[in-house]
Amino acid sequence: MPEKFDVIVVGAGPAGTSCAYTCAKNGLKVLQIERGEYPGSKNVMGGVLYRKQMEEIIPEFWKEAPLERPVIEQRIWMMDKESTVSFGYKGLEWAQEPYNNFTVLRAKFDQWFAKKGVEAGVLLINETVANQCIVENGKVIGIRTDRPDGEVYADVTVLADGVNSLLGKQLGFHKEFRPDEVALTVMEVINLSKDKINERFNLSENQGCTIEIFGDSTKGNLGTAFIYTNKESINIGVGTTLSSMIKSRMKPYDLLDYLKTHPMVKPLIEGGEAAEYLAHLIPEGGYHSVPKVAGNGVLVVGDAAQLVNAIHREGSNMAMASGKMAAETIVEAKKKGDFSMDTLKGYKDKLYNSFIIKDLKKYKDATHTFENNPQFLRDYVPMLNRAASKFFTVDGTSKKDKQKEIMKTMTSERGTIKLIKDVYKAWKAVK
Amino acid sequence: MHIVVCVKQVPDTKIIKINPKTNTLDRRSAPAILNPYDAHAVQAAAGIKEAAGGEISVLSMGPPQAVEIIKKSVEIGADRGYLITDRAFAGADTLATSYALSKALDRISKEHPIDLIICGKHAIDGDTGQVGPGIARRLDIPPITNVIEVTDINKETRKVKVKRKIINGYELIETEMPCLLTVEKEINEIAYSPMPNMIKAARYNPVIWAVSDLEDVDKTQLGLKGSPTIVGKMFTPPKPEGGHMFEGAAEDQVKQVIDVLLQNKELFSVN
Repeated sequence: MPEKFDVIVVGAGPAGTSCAYTCAKNGLKVLQIERGEYPGSKNVMGGVLYRKQMEEIIPEFWKEAPLERPVIEQRIWMMDKESTVSFGYKGLEWAQEPYNNFTVLRAKFDQWFAKKGVEAGVLLINETVANQCIVENGKVIGIRTDRPDGEVYADVTVLADGVNSLLGKQLGFHKEFRPDEVALTVMEVINLSKDKINERFNLSENQGCTIEIFGDSTKGNLGTAFIYTNKESINIGVGTTLSSMIKSRMKPYDLLDYLKTHPMVKPLIEGGEAAEYLAHLIPEGGYHSVPKVAGNGVLVVGDAAQLVNAIHREGSNMAMASGKMAAETIVEAKKKGDFSMDTLKGYKDKLYNSFIIKDLKKYKDATHTFENNPQFLRDYVPMLNRAASKFFTVDGTSKKDKQKEIMKTMTSERGTIKLIKDVYKAWKAVK
Repeated sequence: MHIVVCVKQVPDTKIIKINPKTNTLDRRSAPAILNPYDAHAVQAAAGIKEAAGGEISVLSMGPPQAVEIIKKSVEIGADRGYLITDRAFAGADTLATSYALSKALDRISKEHPIDLIICGKHAIDGDTGQVGPGIARRLDIPPITNVIEVTDINKETRKVKVKRKIINGYELIETEMPCLLTVEKEINEIAYSPMPNMIKAARYNPVIWAVSDLEDVDKTQLGLKGSPTIVGKMFTPPKPEGGHMFEGAAEDQVKQVIDVLLQNKELFSVN
């Protein structure tokens, strides 16, 4: 008879490892399955790791985790073809403990995090694919892997198998995604010397910068591009909803090439050597796309539960928090000796009372609004650039006249009523 | 039947970079893996165990992190593993390595008498293929190198029949156990390990020995001191010259390639 565990966690990304780690720390017998050669080998994100949720799992992790740079400056660009309007915040309080967030390379970070799990007692098995949940009398009792004699059993199975959660779909927790529920992001890691990065981004030793780019970075389609500074490399990437990509017949790598050669971007990465090319789906359906997250003997966490806040580029932190909540629920269930939906739905309650679902709810219509109103990125960003150009160009016109002129062009380009409607729509979507 | 497989942790030479200044391997640039030939050696042992019964031990010398390749060997089918690790072993060439391993094999055989030793034909970082035969010489047992098939193994008569790769074909050799085989990749395909092996490996902690755990060791024969090999010169082979790099979007590049192919039709035509 195959061995039985307290918990099987499928996946070794931030959600899975947070859950496995927390369960093991609480004395549970945990088996974690990862399909990659090692944790992180198949995991992708732009590269910003938030301190808060990680710290709740491993206090003062920044002292030992393989991080790139603490982010001390966040810039936002509204970019047109040959110009950009930028704003942002740089604060030295973010350059010291406890920091705000960090840039990371996931292959390194996830490996380290999973190792902490193993040290806490998690039994981690790589290069193994979970093909199926084993269901008996309406209860998930384990998983079937692709290995010979591949069945393993547990009281609770945690699905942390990522955006395309095969197991979640099999259980009927969610359907195949619609193209507007996922974003396709492609990115490159470009090696560049530390000195060049510091110079080009105006940084000192151990300081990092992030730039989020809207507008021409996606050729006006719904999405964003990003540039993040690592120690000796730069992550540059761009993503749009799959539906936009299909609609505008764009190829993701063409879009990335376009971004890399854009006159506003090129000087930042020039001379760098492309070290890695990565692509990934990001669940961006938000609140409406969150599937069933708890069942008899089964919980769903992280990307598999669609926990991503696309507007604020938060995902890994939500993954970690959800993994931890799942673990806490399992510990309680173990105490009670009841792993049915009745007890496990405690996880859902935790999730819905936390910042995660509250934030997703706040922006529940945002993606939808922006998807259906392409003018926000397509028209307003160039408009904003023209306005800024006009405003800052000294040509003898009085400032008051300039303001009038700017307002006039804006209302005439889009129409006053439409403009007011758009402002209201945008406000409603993010309020 | 007790089979011992000697395994080595090596940098993955498929992706390793070379430090252009010193011409040495930049070991940080590549992950450490179980030497591929040694993986086939463990698989060969698993095959013999399946046919003739018995148990499989693996032995490695290396830094503490070499525990990983012992675990990997357990995934493939080893029952237990030994790692000898000590500063005194550092800097060993093939002579000193085979000496240290033979001392560890002495100790293993006291607890579990050894019938058969299997090694990979060489490690992919050094490509010397000397450690296997070196061990056999020191233990005074017959070495058979470049084995591509174990055709028969008989516990009663203690006879082993193997096929050995030579330049023009193969030799069929029979010898008596205990003996030492070094194996080629052709000997088998690494099986996809069953789940129970994976679980066992994830939990497994090998036996770890320092020099002081081994008996009758002449310390002057260990590590750098015991290594007469002198590296005279190291160089990276020059990069092949010529070639042409295509640039532009994927479609343009394909067009350029097609143009070149069409311009040089005669080079690519079958007739």
